[in-house]
Amino acid sequence: MAERVLMKGNEAIAEAAIRAGCRHYFGYPITPQTEVAAYMAKRMPKIDGVFLQAESEIASINMVYGAAAAGMRVMTSSSSPGISLMGEGLSYIAGSDVPAFVVNVQRGGPGLGGIQPSQSDYFQATRGGGHGDYHMIVLAPASVQEMASLTVKGFNLADKYNMIAMILADGTIGQMMEPISFEDVEIEHYDKPWALTGTQCQRKHNIVNSLYLQPDVLEKKNFERYEKYRTVEENEALHESYMMDDAEVCVVAFGIASRVAKNAVVAARAEGIKAGLIRPITLWPFPKKALSEAADQVKSFVSVELSMGQMVEDIQLATGCRRPVSLCNRVGGMIPSPDQVLASIRKAAKGEN
Amino acid sequence: MAIVFEKPKALTDAVLHYCPGCPHGIIHRLVAEAIDELGIEGKTIGVAPVGCAVMAYDYFTCDMIEAAHGRAPATATGIKRCRPDNIVFTYQGDGDLASIGMAETVHAAARNENITIIFVNNAIYGMTGGQMAPTSLPGQVTQTSPYGRDVKLCGWPIKVCELLATQDGPEYIARVAVNNVKNVKAAGKAIKKAFQNQIEGKGFSLVEVVSACPTNWGMTPQQALNWVESDMLPYYPLGVYKDRSAGKEAETK
Amino acid sequence: MAKVTFKTDLCKGCGLCVEACPKHILAIAKDKINKKGYSPAEMTDQSQCIGCAFCATMCPDCIITVEK
Repeated sequence: MAERVLMKGNEAIAEAAIRAGCRHYFGYPITPQTEVAAYMAKRMPKIDGVFLQAESEIASINMVYGAAAAGMRVMTSSSSPGISLMGEGLSYIAGSDVPAFVVNVQRGGPGLGGIQPSQSDYFQATRGGGHGDYHMIVLAPASVQEMASLTVKGFNLADKYNMIAMILADGTIGQMMEPISFEDVEIEHYDKPWALTGTQCQRKHNIVNSLYLQPDVLEKKNFERYEKYRTVEENEALHESYMMDDAEVCVVAFGIASRVAKNAVVAARAEGIKAGLIRPITLWPFPKKALSEAADQVKSFVSVELSMGQMVEDIQLATGCRRPVSLCNRVGGMIPSPDQVLASIRKAAKGEN
Repeated sequence: MAIVFEKPKALTDAVLHYCPGCPHGIIHRLVAEAIDELGIEGKTIGVAPVGCAVMAYDYFTCDMIEAAHGRAPATATGIKRCRPDNIVFTYQGDGDLASIGMAETVHAAARNENITIIFVNNAIYGMTGGQMAPTSLPGQVTQTSPYGRDVKLCGWPIKVCELLATQDGPEYIARVAVNNVKNVKAAGKAIKKAFQNQIEGKGFSLVEVVSACPTNWGMTPQQALNWVESDMLPYYPLGVYKDRSAGKEAETK
Repeated sequence: MAKVTFKTDLCKGCGLCVEACPKHILAIAKDKINKKGYSPAEMTDQSQCIGCAFCATMCPDCIITVEK
């Protein structure tokens, strides 16, 4: 049996990143992700790695950009307001097609908001976050184990597609402790012929760049990038189905909300309501196919979120609005109770949306 | 006959996009000459700014990256921390370095980040068409200070060398100019030293090059160089502001 | 004996070399237009050139080669 260790979610991310080959971390303090930086500050000097506390999130993400362009597995972590500051850098990284790994342990917003868990950066993450046409791969862990395994997956996917992979977690999963194993860490290696290594006077210079002043060239770059995104959408969407075989009400939830939702589904089944759960593990690409197939079967959907219903739109898009989608939510750092979700499932089962 | 002057090898054959008489070309050449003389072309990585020098990545034969506006010192930090054996330099203008990128500049200096920064101060935003820069002189007429820079309204120019030299962090801070042959030669020496410092692991070296913008100053190229001498240099005195290894703290000539 | 050669088609006619020349033997050729559409700098009296390379030192476009 694999060795299991008790860890906080944020620490699991940090340890998994190191095991995935990340030796460069740049970040700026913000609650509730501080443990990632603290863990890195402790560990990196012991393994010939780099931990650097930057002067701002703006600087961190641009340090990440430099390190990524130099061909390294590199990461930063932050929470909602900090990720907003990174918007510019994220866009440059995406526009330069270099891989990077970013963690957002979300807190309530907008503005300074609060420091309690939230999922209200869903739009920001799934739509790119910064300016211009681009996407990031967005992974939504629902357990401390997944904080670790999706971190490893994130690094691999980032390198595979030369994209940003983002962990979109929340303060609850970041702070809670669960026993986990690092048994499944597998590092995938991809060549980086574009990396800044110095030419050694042996090759033409590499240029890492997102500037294309000729509109036709920039258009072509965007078209090519979106071809790549299509491939990612076809191949990398992940979800978990729970009690969906005969479900008539499909609850959709990710992250911490999915754990509450799962309890509510079990409770609904105990009352004779045929409820099931689809838990998106990738938020971009969104598991459209799973949702669309569910729409053939179920009478309605209930989206359980820690936001004002940002994911509802993706469910409607994925299902072509063929079934009603109701929202069961708490925001500002509040978390819905299983009873609240159960009440929403009951209503949905009765056709009251 | 022997060649006594030709284009340095570290410059590509690309035709510079700069306006006629723009000293960016001179400063590019000085950087390339330093790279040639130190024999570091194969391990140098350059960071281009946002501003007129945005396409500097096309002009140097070494590996290059285009940074976000003002973020070149952070991007350079990321590269240098990953590849400490490479030589990393940034090339930035006054808006880039002293306005939007001031935090990145000051903190890279405070960390004594082992990088080389070439800072071109021509007291104006060139690329966007001549707006007031953080280094525009009091009274200077620009597109966004059409009645002259009113210090009561817009504040005073930022003296980057003087400011950074007060910090414990940086190794070498110097201000040079490219308005005449003598100053160009001195500028070349300072730039070479800024690279040499990095090779020796001494740390953060910044050379401010007082330059000109004939187009947006509304002058001929030579008039612009004369204005550097008559108006810029009295406000921005040349000299070595800090050279830790030489035991020199803020001193000007 | 020294020689100055210009990559004339890359000259932008800024005149900084003309101003820098201590022998006053460079000039902007007002009657000529190069491929870029500028009147380029040219040597008016090669025999007087001392090969100081002041012209090349001030040339922003790196189009001057000096031999001596």
